[in-house]
Amino acid sequence: MKKIVSLVLSLALVLSCLSFAAAESTGSVYYLNFKPEQAQQWEDLAKAYTAETGVQVTVVTAASGTYEQTLASEIVKEDAPTLFQVNGPKGLATWKEYCADLSGTELYKNVKSDDFVLKQGDAVVGIAYVIETYGIIYNKDLMAKYIGLENAKIADVAEINNFETFKAVVEDMQARKDEMGIMGAFTSAGMDSSSDWRFKTHLANMPIYYEYQADGIGDTDAIKGTYLDNYKKIWDLYINNATCEPSMIGAKTGSDALADFVLGDAVFYQNGTWEYGNCINEGMTDEQLGMLPIFIGVEGEENQGLCTGSENYWCVNGKASAEDQAATIAFLEWCTTSDAGRDAIANKMGFLTPFKSFDDGYVANNALIAAADEYIAAGKTSVSWNFPTMPSENWKNGVGVALLAYAQGTGEWSAVVDAFVNGWAAEAAAAK
Amino acid sequence: MEKALKKWWPLFILPTMAAFTIGFLIPFVWGLYLSFCEFTTVNDAVWVGLNNYVLAFTDPSSYFTHSLWYTALFSVVSTVIINILGLTVAILLVRGIRGTNIFRTVFFMPNLIGGIVLGWLWQVLINGVLAKYGVTIVTNEWYGFWSLILVMTWQQLGYMMIIYISGLQSIPEELMEAASIDGANAWQTLRFVKLPMLMPSITICTFLTITNGFKLFDQNLALTNGMPPESRLMALDIYNTFYGRTGWAGAGQAKAVVFCIIVVAIALLQQKLTHSKEVQQ
Repeated sequence: MKKIVSLVLSLALVLSCLSFAAAESTGSVYYLNFKPEQAQQWEDLAKAYTAETGVQVTVVTAASGTYEQTLASEIVKEDAPTLFQVNGPKGLATWKEYCADLSGTELYKNVKSDDFVLKQGDAVVGIAYVIETYGIIYNKDLMAKYIGLENAKIADVAEINNFETFKAVVEDMQARKDEMGIMGAFTSAGMDSSSDWRFKTHLANMPIYYEYQADGIGDTDAIKGTYLDNYKKIWDLYINNATCEPSMIGAKTGSDALADFVLGDAVFYQNGTWEYGNCINEGMTDEQLGMLPIFIGVEGEENQGLCTGSENYWCVNGKASAEDQAATIAFLEWCTTSDAGRDAIANKMGFLTPFKSFDDGYVANNALIAAADEYIAAGKTSVSWNFPTMPSENWKNGVGVALLAYAQGTGEWSAVVDAFVNGWAAEAAAAK
Repeated sequence: MEKALKKWWPLFILPTMAAFTIGFLIPFVWGLYLSFCEFTTVNDAVWVGLNNYVLAFTDPSSYFTHSLWYTALFSVVSTVIINILGLTVAILLVRGIRGTNIFRTVFFMPNLIGGIVLGWLWQVLINGVLAKYGVTIVTNEWYGFWSLILVMTWQQLGYMMIIYISGLQSIPEELMEAASIDGANAWQTLRFVKLPMLMPSITICTFLTITNGFKLFDQNLALTNGMPPESRLMALDIYNTFYGRTGWAGAGQAKAVVFCIIVVAIALLQQKLTHSKEVQQ
């Protein structure tokens, strides 16, 4: 009997120790970060904040492509993330029950416009913290080399302001690739999952954007596919003028495309401002990097600029304790107003933010962002990011599968149209 | 002593039972419950009855029914190939040829590499070879199928070989001697002595390979990532359903329950079939 008593007592002791250890914190921050590229910078920033204020900040970064899974399992825990991210309206639909209203905070008042927040009724539930731009990144040295060739199609890169001119240049480069010393005009249009989002999501934004513009809408349950012929034109251009055969793109990865570009094997590379760090780390210089809009042959596209928007919104966990929520908001306000926070976000992470407080001297040092700014300064209309309104991951995958099949010759273009239009309707109906 | 054991046995199995309950029973029952719910996170669920099961089978863009037979075919083919090769290698390596231990180690080693790493390595290798013929592993679902077979065979061969070797070594010398005195040739010895004596090993090995085939996920993800969608095995299809659409976690869970029932049923059937062929020494 004594033994049992002592056993029970010691067990009780152990359990009570555990529960005391868990219950001591008052107001801490747990940030589940989406961007692995900036994991280290966030951890450094968290340490600096803890050193300054004594508030515990934990930063955990989900592995690339596993954010939703990680969030779903982390948020049910006792110590759930107090700060997490959604990618836009569709992501918000999943997590709306968990998003606190931020409309009364200084953080929200610091945002330049409501274009950069997610709202639910009057409640502000998500705030974008990085504005990004994508287009067709090009190698300025190689472009100059092309222009220097005899009978080049253009005399200045500014002449590329519509699809026809761009196509003529690309095809001419491809035909004269030995003369240029390149393997192809475009980097490989890889359809491996590390790269396929460039086409099934970012490139697919172009026909969606023009359809929304034509119809004067911002979201739909039934896409018509008015501009899918244009989508086909640009896809054909990508796959037929690249460093590899169209049949091989199923095996090509994001790193393959980056390698093509930084090694000077290809002139054009569809990607965004976030690739700046990768290009520089691989030995390119600011002077070599330029960005062109993605022209798809739509009437009036001479005034089209680059694609600018955000798919990174901060959300504060409304189910966390009040102290934790307050601590989280305080941390975000510190990040966006203090010198250390602004320096880290603008200079170390290289983010362009929508916050007013960054205007006085905290502009990201990023040649690709500078290129994007030039288009805005020249009065070009930026293409908005409409891909967050795509109905589901399943839809993107369906389009990706059809794009790949078409490229490698195992499927017809009609399958892309079917996946795009009918797939959209089916996925919109299936989403809840 | 024996009396004390009778009295205290619950205490002794407590650690194992606790681990089993926490790590298996509770999640399993919870998962079963969730398959009848609509949910975003596991403790935020609303009861919706059989709705998820209807969705699982009627989802127009799903490859669930396709993945059923594709997985079954994969399981059968991989089971046959792995076991025949595993047994062959085992028989060769109990003959005491030079370097037996090195060979055994080499054959066993792939088993120590994790599925994702293995899948990725082979994806690069296979794509490298296929590139010569202008195709890739995702050109159609059969490239993915045979690549999976290749990778799984390479990985599991050594493991099954070890089981067969131990089975072969436990066959009594007298039996083999008696067989040779009776004038049995190599084939007859194999067919009428070794194989019947090996039935317990065969039961285990076929059980492992069949269930491994059905449950396969990592290699499928790393090799083709379910491209084209016809190359998705059941586990990957469930994963895609779970994360592919807002609000479809429940349907994914329902598929997982169906999947579990199928795997258990097949495993039980296989156990019964091979177990009945086992002989007593």
